[in-house]
Order: sequence, then structure tokens, then C-alpha cells
Amino acid sequence: MKGRTFFVLLAALVGALAIGALFILLAKSDPIRAYKVMLTGPFSSSFGFTETLVRTTPLLLTGLGIIISFRCGVLNIGGEGQILIGAIASAGVALAMPNLPGVVLFPLVLLAGALAGGLWGAIAGVLKARLNVNEILSTVMLNQIAAQLYLLLIRGILIDPQEVTYGTGVPQTALVTDVVWMTRLIPGSRLSTGFILAIVLAIAVYYLLMHTTIGYRLRAVGAGPQAARYAGINVPFYMALSMFLAGALAGLAGTVEVLGVHHRALEDISAGYGFSAIVAALFGRLHPIGIIPASMLFGALILGADMMQRAVSIPAAIVMVIQGFVILFVVASDVFIRRPELFGQWKSKWSRRSGEVS
Amino acid sequence: MTEGLEQGILIGMIATGIRLATPYLLAALGEMLSQRSGVFNLGLEGIMLMGAFSGFYITYVSQSPLLGLLAAIVTGGLMGMLMAFVSVTLQAEQGISGIGLSMLGWGLSGLFFRLYVDGIQSIAGLKAWKIPGLGDIPIIGPMFFSHHFIVYFAFLLVPLLWFVLFRTTWGLSVRAVGMTPQAVDTMGVSVSGLRYQCLILGGMLAGLAGATLTVANTHMFADNITAGRGFIAIALVYFGRWSPWGILAGSLLFSMADSFQLWVQVLGINFPYEMAVMLPYIVTIIALMISFGRVWPPAALGKPYERGVRG
Repeated sequence: MKGRTFFVLLAALVGALAIGALFILLAKSDPIRAYKVMLTGPFSSSFGFTETLVRTTPLLLTGLGIIISFRCGVLNIGGEGQILIGAIASAGVALAMPNLPGVVLFPLVLLAGALAGGLWGAIAGVLKARLNVNEILSTVMLNQIAAQLYLLLIRGILIDPQEVTYGTGVPQTALVTDVVWMTRLIPGSRLSTGFILAIVLAIAVYYLLMHTTIGYRLRAVGAGPQAARYAGINVPFYMALSMFLAGALAGLAGTVEVLGVHHRALEDISAGYGFSAIVAALFGRLHPIGIIPASMLFGALILGADMMQRAVSIPAAIVMVIQGFVILFVVASDVFIRRPELFGQWKSKWSRRSGEVS
Repeated sequence: MTEGLEQGILIGMIATGIRLATPYLLAALGEMLSQRSGVFNLGLEGIMLMGAFSGFYITYVSQSPLLGLLAAIVTGGLMGMLMAFVSVTLQAEQGISGIGLSMLGWGLSGLFFRLYVDGIQSIAGLKAWKIPGLGDIPIIGPMFFSHHFIVYFAFLLVPLLWFVLFRTTWGLSVRAVGMTPQAVDTMGVSVSGLRYQCLILGGMLAGLAGATLTVANTHMFADNITAGRGFIAIALVYFGRWSPWGILAGSLLFSMADSFQLWVQVLGINFPYEMAVMLPYIVTIIALMISFGRVWPPAALGKPYERGVRG
């Protein structure tokens, strides 16, 4: 990463936090104290540290998928729905065959999550490739459909039988058999081997995108579909493939939430990871390695905001506000990375104008 | 069932459909203006949410729905201006900046709601205004002429915007700037100026659309109350092929399906609730599948204009 890029990203983050501070002031709280809790909380205890990584994992997995699709020129907003579909598919398969030995069931459950998420993502990919349906709109619609489908299943046929017997009716599935639970890396924490899986997959995606023919073709389609077609690349196929891979990675994020964190599928399992992952991917400059620190940063930000909410009573919606500003700042500052000469032009234009006035 | 009851249900269903079409119609007409000028405003959902909240909040504080609607229009215009600054002045990627604006609207409306209202509060809201004479006609009166005035405004906006776009100089410039901004620039008309105007006007309409949901339809605010309606409105612009009449047809088709789904629930017909909620989104995807491939969007849609660079 070039020095200027780093500086621009840092400025975007500081700018977003500064505007966030205005809103904290508006809430009649102390922004300095709030940010102190938010920025130091995640690093001041082993609880904070492991919980940061628990939130990093789904951001990283989903973000990797978003990188593949964005690099192929497909603006995939469907992470949220793909996570839910992956989570419910893996919980469903684990619950359907509780007596299988772990060595068979565990890979089967992973596969179910990836495949279901992948196919869900591929719907938008095929619609774009074949019928030129705008993928931003179709993935937003698919998110809404997935959310209802997920609720229908955890309230209906997949609901924990105990919830029905006791009449409590909390919409969640029964616990999945413990042979498929992901091992906790630190006893007493919720951090599981799912985090290691995510890091390994980040390296795999880096290799795929940068060092294989498939990756080259995916990026070529993103750089210019017309040119890619003249070069003999099957453009619709690679568009659909990018969305399948994106969905599969997001689906795995859902699987890890089930197998590594909650051990069941429950309501609000994703909590906006699908959208935060877009922010992390953009902040990591759409690079499979760059997104590792970016998703850690946003994992810490989400946890820090949770802690801040308890410490100085600021609604957690402030994270969404800050993330919205981060996106706006990052895309808006892109022009300074692409065309640094523009800045000088505006400066001279403004000084000319103010000259006319005075 | 008696004949009178069946007739009553049909009248109710169509009247609900007309009322539900209003937010889609307003937001989609606003988006049409932005896209006609060449800017793909994906922040519509966030603008609607901000309009929904500010309309609700000002009505809640001032007890005046009119002031609430005015606040929503101003808020929407400001959000449109922010989108214009990012996508026109700073030439940012429009798809992504729209997502940022949507997240911003989502977060801000939720934040303000927790800070200043919190809990379920209901407001007096807007009352229906039966048009004298027309509203008294049997069957047709209750269907079409017994609504709150935003409904009439939204439907009148269709011919009005058609006239402005296709019969005025300003409309010609807007259409031209969405196709060949170079030509407009050569004529000495400001490309950025026109795009700012369209985005601000479009934002004002989207703000009003959001406030229709809270001030006129439900009389309350909840997190993410728009539930994707902003994105559906963008889809309706494609479905209606950037024409006010096409958008009117799409909005009605859509809201009638929505109304049917609501009435199925009200009448207690056994159908899973989640499936009913899913329906409008599935219809949107199908509408997109039908309308894409045969449409010609404004040629410069989504491309920032840089003087001296070929589009």
C-alpha cells in the first residue's frame, strides 16, 4: 500500500469518527470518554480481545466474498441474506442427522452452509449475467426474502421442540450435536477455530484472485467486460461464478456463527454483519489480505460501540452512522487517490472565486 | 358471503392499494428525475428513512402534521444534496456511495429515534380529506376520492412531471444531461448544476415519501420502517422505463399486490405470515426480470462527468 493511500484511508476514518463525535455531543454525552471506551475497551481485557475476533470472523469471511464479487464488477449487497441461508442450512443438516459420526457430519455441515449460501448468491449472479438484472436491487430483495425464510423456518419446522413443550416459543432451533461444534481456541471464550478457517480462506482467496487463471479472468471481467469478451472470456459464467463464491463464503460465515458461537440457529444471528462486511472490504481496498486488519478494526469498532452503549448510554445505532460515513468518506476520497491533480484544480478555482468576491 | 360484503371488501382493497401506491410513486418519481439527469441514486432508502423519522418527530413535537411533512421534505432535500456532493462534485462511484447513504439514513433515523423519542409513540397524523362532490359518488368516491391529500398530490405529480420533462426547456436539459452531458456543457449549461437540482428535488420527494409512511399511513415510527421500499422504488423506475406514466402503472400494480396480501391477512385466510411479507420482494425481482434486457437507460447513467474526458 502506498503512503498516500494509507493516509487517505486514515483521514476517512478520522473524519467519520469526528462526525460521529458531533452526534455523541448531540446525545449529551462526552465523545472523548465514549471514544476512549470504544477504542480501548476491545484491547484492555482478554474478554475484549477474544470478542473482537469473534466479530472479526464473520466480517472477514463475508468480506472476502464481497471482494471477489466487487473485483468481478458485481456490486453484491446480499451478504446478510447469504449468511442467514448458510446458517439455517448447516443447522438444518446437523439437526437432521444427529447420529452421524463427527468426521462425516462436520464436513457435511460445512458443505451445506457453503453450498446453500453459494446457490443463494448465484441467483443474483445468474440474473445479472443472463437478464442484465441490476444486482444491487436483486441482492437487496434477496436479503429481505432470506430474512423471512429464516424466520419461517426457526419459528416453524425447525423450532426447538423444548420451546414448544414449555410454551415459551422463543424462535430458535435446538442445540446441534456437540460432535460438530468448533473447538474453542481459548477455554471460556467464544473464539473458535472458525477464526483460523477465515484466515486460511483469506490466503486462499488471495492466491485464487492473484495467482490463478480463474482469478485473472474474474478480475478481467471486473476491469472491463467488453474487453474481457473480446479476449474470449465467458463473461456471464464468471459473473455468476463470482456471486456463487461470494455466497459460499458468506454462507460459511453463517455456519461458523452456528457451529462456533451459538451452537444453534437463533433470531438476529447476523446482526448486520453482511453490511459491515462491505465497509470492511472497501476499507481494505478490496484486497484479500488488506481486509484482515480491516475486519479486525471493524470487529473492534462494533464491540467497542456495544461497550460504549453500556458505559455512556449511546444507542448502538451510532455504529451504523459511523459506518455510513466511512463508506461515504472512502468512496469520496477515492478521487484523491485516482486523480491527485483535481485537488489543486479545486483549490485554484475556489481561490479565484473568493478573489472575485473580495 | 353477501353481495354487499364482497363489494365492501373490493372497495377496501382498491382504496388501500391507492393509498399504498403513494410512497412508491413519490420516491420512484424522484429517483426518475435523478436518473434522467444521469445519477443513479441508491441512497433512496436512507433518504426515505430520514424523511420518515423527521416527519414523525416534528409532528410528534409540534402536533402539526403539515410541519412534519415540511420537515421531511427539507431533510430529504439535504440528503439529496449530500448525495450530489459525493457523486457529482467528488465523482464517487454511485452504487457504493448510495449504499453508504442508505446505511447513514438507517443509522441516523434509528439513533435519533432512541435519543429523542424511544418507545412506541403514536402521533395524531394526517386525516383523510374527502373531495366535496366527487367523494360522495357511490363506490368510486370511497375508492379514489377519500384519501389524505398526499395521495392526490402524488397522482397529480405524474402528468405534471411528464409535462416538465417533455415540454419545458429545463426538462429537455435534464434529459440531455443524462444522455450526452458533453453537449449540454457545450451549450453553456452547467452539468453539475442540473444534476444537483435533480438530486435535491428527488431527495425532497423521497423525504415526503418516507413521511407518508409515518405521518399519513401508520402514525408511528419503527426502526427500518421503510423495509426496502426505497430499493423497490428504484426497481419501479426501471420497470416504468424512466417515464412518469410507466412508473404510475408499476406503482399501482405493486401496491395492489401489497393490498391484496394485507387483506388476505385481515380476512384471516390461512397463509403463513412470513410468506405474505416475502411476496412484494419476489414480485420486484420478477418485475426486474421482465423489464431488463428490453430497456434503454439514460446513456450517461452512473458515469460522473469530467470535462474533456470522453464518456
